[in-house]
Amino acid sequence: MMIKAAAALSLLSLASAFIVPAHLPAVAPAVAQPRSVLQSTSDGQNLRPDVAEQLELYAAEAQKRIDSMVKENKVMLFMKGNKMFPQCGFSNTAVQVLRASDVKFETFDVLSDPDIRQGIKEYSQWPTIPQLYVGGEFVGGSDILIELFQNGELKTTLESGGAEFVA
Amino acid sequence: MQAAIEAKLTSALAPTHLEVTCSDGNKWAVTVISEAFQGKPLLARHRLVNTALAEELEDIHALSLKTKTPAEWEKS
Repeated sequence: MMIKAAAALSLLSLASAFIVPAHLPAVAPAVAQPRSVLQSTSDGQNLRPDVAEQLELYAAEAQKRIDSMVKENKVMLFMKGNKMFPQCGFSNTAVQVLRASDVKFETFDVLSDPDIRQGIKEYSQWPTIPQLYVGGEFVGGSDILIELFQNGELKTTLESGGAEFVA
Repeated sequence: MQAAIEAKLTSALAPTHLEVTCSDGNKWAVTVISEAFQGKPLLARHRLVNTALAEELEDIHALSLKTKTPAEWEKS
């Protein structure tokens, strides 16, 4: 009986570590907060500061990885799925447009990495996937690719971005 | 959602023509004809629309955009 009560008590205190007290003021008080006090992240989640810090590190690391992919590959497509098996109609459209342009391109499957999936939207300040980068510059999503392909500007963009074409 | 999208775009871009359609549950197609797009490249036009719909985009699965000026719309 004692053991059960103790277990319940420790469960209770564990659970309470993940709940923000309702009386917490919206504005941080001037006094230093103890480490157990929870803070709100930008997307409204309440996380323990050390966990939030860890998440920020992952996010920063994702930005670095995106930046090197974009800079190391002249034509870089972030998509859902891969060239052989696109997992979304819009990503498929982007692949088809690039294939029709006879250009060599690399892809990254954002479904394989949640940090990149979220991070790429912040990197370009663009809310959707697919996203095409040419010569390190963000070009656009699938609607833009289609329109640039149809009016001939995509070829110019690819050429000036240093893209390699399929012989 | 449709009303919200239309209201946001109307106040943000004063379109002369606006079409908002939804298919497949949550896939949206939007055509905006506005003088605001004059002299702006495609990417900038889409960014304007994305900015106007930032709140809605969090719940939208897919958004397909056509952005033209009234003069371009006449020709097409």
